[in-house]
Amino acid sequence: MKKSLGQRIWRWSILLVVTSYLALPIVAMLDFSTKVGRNKRGLYAWKAIFQQPDLVGGIVTSLELAAIVIALLLFLVVPTVIWVHLKLPKLRRPLELICLLPLAIPGIVLVVGVSKIYMWLSIHWTESPLTLSAVYAMLILPYTYRSLSAALFAVDVHTLAEAARTLGASTSRTLFQIVIPTIKAGVMSALVISIALVLGEYTISSLLNYKTFQVEINLIGQNDGTIAVAVSLASLIFVLLLLLLMPTAKQRGKALLDVDAE
Amino acid sequence: MSSVAVQLNDIAKSFGPVKALAGLTLEIKEGELVALLGPSGCGKTTALRALAGLQDLDRGQILVGGKDITFQAANHRGMGMVFQAYSLFPHMSAQENVEYGLKLKAHKVSPEARRKKSAELLELVGLSTHAGHYPHQMSGGQQQRVALARALAIEPKVLLLDEPLSALDAKVRIQLRDEIRRIQLEVGTTTLFVTHDQEEALGIADRVGVMRDGVLQQIAVPEELYDRPTSAFVAEFVGLTNPIRGTVSGSTVNILGSQIATLPGSVTSGEGIALVRPESIRVEADASGNAKVVTSSFLGSVCRSIVDLADGTRITAQSASSQASVLRAGTVVRVTLDTPAVFVKGL
Repeated sequence: MKKSLGQRIWRWSILLVVTSYLALPIVAMLDFSTKVGRNKRGLYAWKAIFQQPDLVGGIVTSLELAAIVIALLLFLVVPTVIWVHLKLPKLRRPLELICLLPLAIPGIVLVVGVSKIYMWLSIHWTESPLTLSAVYAMLILPYTYRSLSAALFAVDVHTLAEAARTLGASTSRTLFQIVIPTIKAGVMSALVISIALVLGEYTISSLLNYKTFQVEINLIGQNDGTIAVAVSLASLIFVLLLLLLMPTAKQRGKALLDVDAE
Repeated sequence: MSSVAVQLNDIAKSFGPVKALAGLTLEIKEGELVALLGPSGCGKTTALRALAGLQDLDRGQILVGGKDITFQAANHRGMGMVFQAYSLFPHMSAQENVEYGLKLKAHKVSPEARRKKSAELLELVGLSTHAGHYPHQMSGGQQQRVALARALAIEPKVLLLDEPLSALDAKVRIQLRDEIRRIQLEVGTTTLFVTHDQEEALGIADRVGVMRDGVLQQIAVPEELYDRPTSAFVAEFVGLTNPIRGTVSGSTVNILGSQIATLPGSVTSGEGIALVRPESIRVEADASGNAKVVTSSFLGSVCRSIVDLADGTRITAQSASSQASVLRAGTVVRVTLDTPAVFVKGL
């Protein structure tokens, strides 16, 4: 049915207001990061991003952390949530509670709790900032659990898994060829949330004295605000691109991990 | 005589205090289609899942082709299964769904053979034009056809059908039921079909087993099950019955002034309740009759009348549709029985 003119104006107005609200800070950031002096414009801040070795180091560290967290998510969290959903339904509630705990515990309290472990780690094993991946894997749990759980409840995964089993699929094939592709949208949103969270995390890494992306932005921001804003905007665009690249429901492709030994 | 393809020997399974299977024993012959029929919770689905390897057992033994598979994993049993819920893999097309089992180690065939097989099976279920369609682009009936093709693709030792028609609307259900039977006869796969719909079971199966409380009450060809039930439960569960009081003496019962033979398992003396099918009751307009018509419905091929007997017992009779104009409400009728034997239960 065709919408009336009034309805269309109302819809476009809402869209305009929301878009403006979201776009305004981004435009302001772009404006600020391209200012050189009082009246001049230029890409000085953007070009300077890659001339800051500490910043590049921070970016690399955060991307490495994101990669490790993704691996932990795919090979530990996703199979665990699926396994509990399919085989141990009685453990769903306790697992949900455990996964939601990081939301209830303030970051500072978390740091106080884990600082002793990190102190021991830095003395006895390694000072690598990549050890932060353990804390980050914990931090992503509330968000990833929610999106995975919603995806699992949206389809009858149990029957699909049983159908695969009767056709001769092993447990790993059932998991990687049937269950994970079925809940692909949930897994992808968990991935994007995890990447965004790792790239945006500041409190824990700063308090534990690790030089990650956000810590470096903060340090640069103390000397040169335009570079800090340019980097922040770049990271925002990066996460936005990730969100846009997320497969939609229409893009029903192959299994995430097609182990067809053809 | 065909050899035995499947043997369930005294299988039992409890879920807490609930006994889903309480020593079920069943044999299915090669190429036979056996339907398990029973009310909800009678254990029919548990039996089917146990045969598929999706349900472990507390006791008993499962033999397929003479081989003990009781402890074999589901993915090594070679059973094709169609589920009650739609179970096509949503990220695969119809063709990919059908080919999936053939890609796996257990049934692996060359890509060419796989494509040929999937095309043949989609043709068999009448969906060759839907090979590229995804489950969300197909109706429920079409999805179940593809699920059937997928189950048949692996050339299963036994085809297991777990109420595959229950989610479909009535018309599609009847069409697909007939098609399942046609395909089963064409392919010749030994099949176990679980349903709570008696019409479905009687219409499709070579033999029908009626289950109750985890055990088989009776298993027989549909006609025998309907005409010669061995228990009151089977008589009442399969088809409609009229409970009519009568006096039993040995192997006969006196009801409505007629001496009728009793079926094995009936009570042998005293008062009893005969379970009489509506089509075994003859109703004829007769001013000096023993009953009065309450209502009468024209159902196309037959006429169903509700009649009150002189003692107040209300019964349902089924007669030829030509009788509909005669058997109007309030008409005095004579009710007689036209059956060789009835089952009589105790009071």
